[in-house]
Amino acid sequence: MGQIVCLTYPHIGNVGANLDDEESARPYIEALVVREFSSLASSWRSTETAQIYLSRHEIPVIWDLDTRALVRHIRKVGALRSVVATDGTPADQLVHEARKLPTMAGLELAGHVSCEKPYEWTKGSIDLTASPWREEMGEAASEAEARRFRVVAYDFGIKQNILRLLLDHNCDVTVVPARTKAEDVLELKPDGVFLSNGPGDPEPVTYAVENIRHLLGRVPIFGICLGHQLCGLALGGRTFKLKFGHHGANHPVKNLASNKVEITAQNHGFAVDPDSLPASDVEITHVNLNDHTNEGMRHRSLPLFSVQYHPEASPGPHDSHYLFKQFTDMMKETKLSNAFRRGSKR
Amino acid sequence: MPKRTDIQKILIIGSGPIVIGQACEFDYSGTQACKALRAEGYQVVLVNSNPATIMTDPEVADRTYIEPLTKEYVEQIIAQERPQALLPTVGGQTGLNLAVELAEGGVLEKYGVELIGASLRAIKVAEDRLWFKDACRKVGLDVPASALVNNVQDALRLADQLGYPVVIRPSFTLGGTGGSIAYNREEFAEAIAHALDTSPVHEALVEESVLGWKEFELEVMRDFRDNFVVICSIENFDPMGIHTGDSITVAPVQTLTDKEYQRMRDAAAAVIREVGVETGGSNIQFAVQPDTGRMVVIEMNPRVSRSSALASKATGFPIAKIAARLAVGMTLDEIPNDITRVTPSCFEPTMDYVVVKIPKWQFEKFSGADTTLGTQMKSVGEVMAIGRTFKEALQKGIRSLEPHTPWRAPADTPVSLLREKLSTPRPDRIHWLLVALERGLPAAEVCELTKIDPWFVRQMEEIVILAKRAAGVTVGTVSHELLRETKRNGMSDEQLAQIWNTTPAVVRHQRVKTRVAPVFKRVDTCAAEFESYTPYLYSTYEDEDESDPIAQPKIVILGSGPNRIGQGIEFDYCCCHASFALSEDDYETVMINCNPETVSTDYDTSDRLYFEPLTLEDVLAVIEREKPQGVIVQFGGQTPLNLALELKRNGVPIIGTAPESIDLAEDRRRFGRLLEELGIPQPRNGTALVPEEAARVAGEIGLPVLVRPSYVLGGRAMVIAYDLNTVQEYVAQAALMGPARPVLIDQFLEEATEVDVDALADGDDVVIGGIMEHIEEAGVHSGDSSCVLPPVSLSPAVLDRIRDYTKRLAQALQVVGLMNVQYAIQRDTVYVLEVNPRASRTVPYVSKATGVPLAKVAARLMTGRKLAEMNLPLVRTNGVAEIAVRDYYAVKSPVFPFNKFRGVDTILGPEMRSTGEVMGISKTFGQAFAKAQLAAGQRLPRKGTLFISVNDRDKKQLGALGRDLAGLGFKLVATRGTAAALQAAGIEAEPVYKVNEGRPNIVDLIKTGKVDLIINTPLGRESFYDEKSIRRAAIRYNIPCITTLSAAHAAARGIRALHEHALEVSALQDLHGKKASAHR
Repeated sequence: MGQIVCLTYPHIGNVGANLDDEESARPYIEALVVREFSSLASSWRSTETAQIYLSRHEIPVIWDLDTRALVRHIRKVGALRSVVATDGTPADQLVHEARKLPTMAGLELAGHVSCEKPYEWTKGSIDLTASPWREEMGEAASEAEARRFRVVAYDFGIKQNILRLLLDHNCDVTVVPARTKAEDVLELKPDGVFLSNGPGDPEPVTYAVENIRHLLGRVPIFGICLGHQLCGLALGGRTFKLKFGHHGANHPVKNLASNKVEITAQNHGFAVDPDSLPASDVEITHVNLNDHTNEGMRHRSLPLFSVQYHPEASPGPHDSHYLFKQFTDMMKETKLSNAFRRGSKR
Repeated sequence: MPKRTDIQKILIIGSGPIVIGQACEFDYSGTQACKALRAEGYQVVLVNSNPATIMTDPEVADRTYIEPLTKEYVEQIIAQERPQALLPTVGGQTGLNLAVELAEGGVLEKYGVELIGASLRAIKVAEDRLWFKDACRKVGLDVPASALVNNVQDALRLADQLGYPVVIRPSFTLGGTGGSIAYNREEFAEAIAHALDTSPVHEALVEESVLGWKEFELEVMRDFRDNFVVICSIENFDPMGIHTGDSITVAPVQTLTDKEYQRMRDAAAAVIREVGVETGGSNIQFAVQPDTGRMVVIEMNPRVSRSSALASKATGFPIAKIAARLAVGMTLDEIPNDITRVTPSCFEPTMDYVVVKIPKWQFEKFSGADTTLGTQMKSVGEVMAIGRTFKEALQKGIRSLEPHTPWRAPADTPVSLLREKLSTPRPDRIHWLLVALERGLPAAEVCELTKIDPWFVRQMEEIVILAKRAAGVTVGTVSHELLRETKRNGMSDEQLAQIWNTTPAVVRHQRVKTRVAPVFKRVDTCAAEFESYTPYLYSTYEDEDESDPIAQPKIVILGSGPNRIGQGIEFDYCCCHASFALSEDDYETVMINCNPETVSTDYDTSDRLYFEPLTLEDVLAVIEREKPQGVIVQFGGQTPLNLALELKRNGVPIIGTAPESIDLAEDRRRFGRLLEELGIPQPRNGTALVPEEAARVAGEIGLPVLVRPSYVLGGRAMVIAYDLNTVQEYVAQAALMGPARPVLIDQFLEEATEVDVDALADGDDVVIGGIMEHIEEAGVHSGDSSCVLPPVSLSPAVLDRIRDYTKRLAQALQVVGLMNVQYAIQRDTVYVLEVNPRASRTVPYVSKATGVPLAKVAARLMTGRKLAEMNLPLVRTNGVAEIAVRDYYAVKSPVFPFNKFRGVDTILGPEMRSTGEVMGISKTFGQAFAKAQLAAGQRLPRKGTLFISVNDRDKKQLGALGRDLAGLGFKLVATRGTAAALQAAGIEAEPVYKVNEGRPNIVDLIKTGKVDLIINTPLGRESFYDEKSIRRAAIRYNIPCITTLSAAHAAARGIRALHEHALEVSALQDLHGKKASAHR
């Protein structure tokens, strides 16, 4: 059970693979569909060719077919159930088997890809020479000595760059399995809780929705992608399946507070219905300019915000990195007001 | 943010004549900007000296000025029009520099004109090498290490630190004079001493070399709200060290990981913010060290550029159109994406295909020029090709170049020569790369020699391997699978025919038989994520076709391919006009072209755009898919014409003049017979295949003779021969060049006046579009000659004869559409030199001069409409209809690229060498000529010292000219013979040494700034060397240099006009609105 990914750009694997760019312990796709696969890796960063990388992980690659025709088909009919076979099974039999597969809607997948037990994350972003954002991080690092935040990150299928950026932003991060109880998380005395991205339909992930309701108001919360959808559900909203979802690194999202547009990386098949959210509690903060679907929200009175897209990028533009700072600011503020409250009680 | 309402009228400065490095991409961007601003309700005032542009069509702007792009003239326009704003970023470097000059000269302040799109500060920071470096460092970006030095010791210490090679750039020298690259300490010591000497302030910049690094460009946009997007990423196939305009480039970037690409994107955002380009497009260039990934910022253009035109065509995102809207305060999210309609322009286009751009060079026009490619751009045009893979796009790009027959290296090329061909970049390096791989040179060695990224080399290797596999079978036995694979990898029928030793037609037949046919896919900015509403298509070999042709009357227009000398923007102008006219007549218009710089390849120009090579195979594929009612081949110059007969043979409905008539006009013998029948004189002529025959023919005709190959455009490789030896040598050489085609030998008419005529015909009626008198005499290529409309010195009788001949020729050739005739008038006899029943280079100029869009009318005639229904402003003389001329003169002058090709002689001859043209309009001929000269970069002096040196033939007629110029207050200096001739005519002239006579000689005078105007007419090859050094010095020191006596007379009239008339400017809309005068 999983997903087959078709890439629109025809040349894949030109720069090979390297460990620094990995986003999870192993690739989770079932198969990759490309127009042309490079037999040679040309990059100073590459440690192996993409072909070797994928065959090491036993991921089949289908290539040399009209991927644009496939993309157009998916655009018209929506995401498809599919099977890959190499044993010569007749096509109509494969179609029959594909039709027997359940659709994504209603499937609880997060639990399958989550880590099995909690762990500490210790790696920050890799350092390319003369990185323009290094300076910015340098500032953050000096601040780090003075103050660090303790973050518990729920792993629903978390991308490692989220963890790297949290670390870059002075957070000590503990990653916990998807089904970890809210009480157990609070036991860890976090300054903030992070809700990760993950595969599939948010609705069946009811345990997470329960946990979020329990955490809401007790600790600052930041959610990304599936984490955003779970927040939506926890706040009383509904989610729905998009026809073929948002995938890619060029989606324009407008920040309604600043009126500025961020170019974002996205990868989701479900979305939060903004009209289903209680307007008295929830403020819509971001909207997708292509189809006007919801891309972000925050709680009006409690420390919670979340976005549908991937501010950690990797791959993708860095326009939304500011949200990590927003998270630490929120934790800082909460810490201060808690201290103030404790002080005034005294 | 809504658009600004505090401004209503905006001035746009165009880029002037086509020159190397600044071509029709600025017509494309300027036209887009004008259209966008008018659509937003602004009034647009446009100034551009180039009449061959779509942007100077009177419908494009509200007020159109074809005037010289100088501070004085533009100030006059500002005073007259009082615009509130100036958009300086769509007219190339010319527009930007002029805007800076106007701002710094206080003109903008004086008239309250605001610079929009880029502030003066932003322009200065982006343009100044050192300020720009500081700006980059300030935001934490790396740049090539450098420092200024003013003595050799410091310089040596610095160079040792930087490591060799190092780049040396002397401060404040013209056009990079004295700059160089030193590969070792010894070379450096010498070069830096020279550089310091060259610099007027004895200072030079010593800079770390990034030669051989990977080169990238990002096309970015920013709006007032600080929204920032990357429109297109471009990777140069050729490494740093070759000007990006001379590099093969690829979009999108192929060899960067996401982390590296995003770092570059962040850097671009930081640069545009720090430099302070608030709105619009910019191009930012980066170099990346391939082994360490170190990235440095190289430079930035704070305006739309050649690369942004390419990026627009590559992605479907119209950068200039959006940039214009951003300049008036709109934001990216407010502007819809034309292609998807439902999504905004605030996004980053994504591609599911590969785009390759290949430059087009024409060194064969400039014998003696250095063909090595380096940091100065030398190409005259470019092609772009789209394929699903790099291999397909590259091969389509190679065949889009002219000539497009597959290139073969001599079989016996030694490996040592191969290595040299790889390590020294020249125009043919791409071909040698394939040859080297075919010969088995290891890919690693190829990478080492060329510094081209291994990924690209692997792609080429795969092409070579596939070709070898194909060679293992025959055209009869090739499987469907292998044939499809070769096509999928971009191989043309012609290439395969070469491999299989057969004809392209046989390969084609096999393809039809085995059902291997291309499909068409759309360029949609979004990799099929959204539906596309603009049929912008390219061919590829895949499963699904997205062309969805509409069953509606439609006409296909074949474009003109890459810009070349002799075939440039004028033909694109005609193709666009055909499209506009037929669209107005409710035809669906379909454009096929492969030149990314042009207006014709804007998806807005025609209903459907096929970005395809103009070869028989590719054109037939489109026609088979579209099934048009008609195909127009006569507007795109020689490129589509060469296909005409073959297309017709394949059943394609060519409309307008029959290809057979075009062929007849090109066939000397048959055409000669026709002229004889019509009783129209032509110079005596003949043809020859071998030297002996040539000598005999030339002897019969009588010397001097004009010798040239058949089927040419732009007078490629013509010579005037004054002796039989030259004739024989020429024919012997022509035979070496290629398959036997006869060489043409014509009587050369000395001292004749040349006349160009453009005419319209509908198969029955004929209308003369314009009669243009050349200012240079016959013998100078018509494209290189200045000319004036209406004529100034032709007698009514001669004009009548010209009209009569033109009418009868058009009727005899059954012309439907346009026809151009070149005449030579020698002692009142009118000779026909050449007839071209097709659009000519002069069509846009005549259209601008008369106000009648000839190409539009011609396109309508081709669809069967008649001249009588066109409502043209006609006058009739002796029964011949002619478009009425108005009471002003329009002078067209050529512009030459000699400053890019040091060491090339600038003398004009039968070989066309100009890249562009300008027009000057005025009530008097003299003033119009002076304006045209100024617009072409020759500022005629009002007074000063005139150097004059003429050949013996001209000495006889020197009196009037000398008196004229002396009378205008010029001091005359002359070489001995000329001085004597002047003195004999009673004119004072101071003798001066020729170069070989002693010193100070004339070149010394030029170099010390003691000469203001040069008149130098050459004779024969003997005196060439002396004259060449004079003309070269003139170019270097930017002194007007006139090389024919008739041009000198015109110049004298021009200077007189400068004395007598105040500077005046007029908008085309006013000029065309004036009553036409019935007589001249």
